[in-house]
Amino acid sequence: MGRYIARRLLLTIPVMLGASFLIFALVYALPGDPIRALGGDRPLAPAVVAQLTEEFNLNDPLWLQYVKYVGDLLQGDFGTDFRGREVLDTITQRMPVTVRLALVAIAFEIVIGIVAGVMAGIRKNGFFDNVVLVSTTLIVSIPILVLAFIAQFTFGLQLGLFPIAGVNDGWYSFLLPGLVLAAGSLAYVARLTRTSIAENMRADYVRTARAKGLPRRDVIVRHTLRNSLIPVVTFIGADIGTLMGGAIVTETVFNLPGIGRAVFDAVRAQEGAVVVGIVTLLVFVFIFFNLVVDVLYAVLDPRIRYE
Amino acid sequence: MSDPKLTAVGHDEVGAGGVTGTHDEEAGARQNSLWSDAWRQLRRNVLFWIGAVLGLLFVGMALLPAVFARGVDPRSCNLSNSNAKPSAEHWFGFDQQGCDYLANVVYGARNSLIIGLLAVIVILVLGVLVGAISGFYGGVTDSILSRIADIFYALPLILGALVVLRSGILGRGVVAVAIALALFGWMTAMRLVRSQVIAIKSSDYVAAARAMGASDARILVRHILPNAVAPVLVYATITIGILIAAEATLTFLGVGLQPPAISWGLQIDTGQSLLRTAPHAVLFPSLILTLTVMAFVLMGDALRDALDPKQRS
Repeated sequence: MGRYIARRLLLTIPVMLGASFLIFALVYALPGDPIRALGGDRPLAPAVVAQLTEEFNLNDPLWLQYVKYVGDLLQGDFGTDFRGREVLDTITQRMPVTVRLALVAIAFEIVIGIVAGVMAGIRKNGFFDNVVLVSTTLIVSIPILVLAFIAQFTFGLQLGLFPIAGVNDGWYSFLLPGLVLAAGSLAYVARLTRTSIAENMRADYVRTARAKGLPRRDVIVRHTLRNSLIPVVTFIGADIGTLMGGAIVTETVFNLPGIGRAVFDAVRAQEGAVVVGIVTLLVFVFIFFNLVVDVLYAVLDPRIRYE
Repeated sequence: MSDPKLTAVGHDEVGAGGVTGTHDEEAGARQNSLWSDAWRQLRRNVLFWIGAVLGLLFVGMALLPAVFARGVDPRSCNLSNSNAKPSAEHWFGFDQQGCDYLANVVYGARNSLIIGLLAVIVILVLGVLVGAISGFYGGVTDSILSRIADIFYALPLILGALVVLRSGILGRGVVAVAIALALFGWMTAMRLVRSQVIAIKSSDYVAAARAMGASDARILVRHILPNAVAPVLVYATITIGILIAAEATLTFLGVGLQPPAISWGLQIDTGQSLLRTAPHAVLFPSLILTLTVMAFVLMGDALRDALDPKQRS
């Protein structure tokens, strides 16, 4: 197991470097001069331009800029944006909002997704099963963007139940955006649980449990559900990275000052250091949770052994 | 239960589960049994037909917008009609500029369809090419290509496309959006093809073809790739829907299509600020966008069920 983790970690390095270089190259290969743009209408003094260009290594070839960037990054220095603000400050300030949003989304995935999946799975082809199948198809088909407006309009404006923008109401203001962000994955969790439960209901150990005369509840919760949750747990783990992508849209529509919003603003303002910093972080989160999931798989299911 | 093949080949007047197929042994039926089985299965699937009808409506709007817009020009506007509510004359009401909204929403279909199709074609070409090479040659080639796929996989589709489009490397417009989406969307197709190729390349008939002196390219194209068509087709169908949604999202975020192009993303973006006063401005493009995505998701789902013999009972 230790060797497996070590090998996976080693494989992670080229992927992380590759992804961040890709974004780095895209951001810094831009035509136009961000430093002159900083001055707006008033031209900056040549000395100032020269000094800033030097400071941001803009005279170096692209690969050297990147090497210097990674060197700084390894020492915990994410660099500064063109206004002199530390990128790390932006990240630490914005991160809590996104973490909260992701936690709410995952809570919805677990609670609604698994409950719906179990109820559908224990009676395959029953009424509730069909309801779940149709509603998940419907949800998967609604783009996050559209779902956000539906939620804002019905729950926010018509019913007045939830705030539709900002984070002024604590956790409460995360419920609606969290649900919207979770919707697609929630449908997937429900389907995954359903398939898994329906399959395990026919397993020998479930028949044994029933034959022993265990109450139905115990058979479902302790024998079927436990074993059926393995693929679900791993999906939810891997989904954390994906949620970060969805957060861009959700945070923009709901006006939440999180990482997704920050990276979107930075892309628009061509703040290279911020974009590269946040994307590198997101890639790290994505890869990290995928690794955790792979290891978790072996822990949860002793039949799987990594060599 | 019964042998799935027999069941599925059964005539469609025989209900699901019947084993009384009479035509299954006919000459030629074995040749394309997967596809004819699948088609028989599909014909019975209500969800497939809903998807197909929605899909046809959407393609119709893209090809003949004037018919669906009831002959109204989307660009002939009258400001006195600004944000007017839907009426019997103008089913979708008017937008902020006082243009007929039905016409505008209908004319938005064409860009969505072109981008969805173009992007999926690029994804298939890239995915099949890289996946086939990777799976067929294995070793170092496979490691390198798979790591490259991992790199792209680690970047969310919307984020990657956002950065590429903003950088302006691809320029602006329909082709740029399609290529940006394909650039960050080809990896799943690649993995699908790669795993199929790996599974098939050690089979006896490939060894036989090789023994007869067939070249690598011939083995790939004639013997291996045809086996990968089914999963790739399912994936491609659903992906068209996802790409159309992604295009609307990118346009909404301001890096996709730009005005004066007619696009659902732009309409949703403009309507966003009018959510309180003129909710129909967001409602109609969102509705048609969702139905379009749904068309492809439903067709893809049905296709997957039909092409997977294990699911038949």
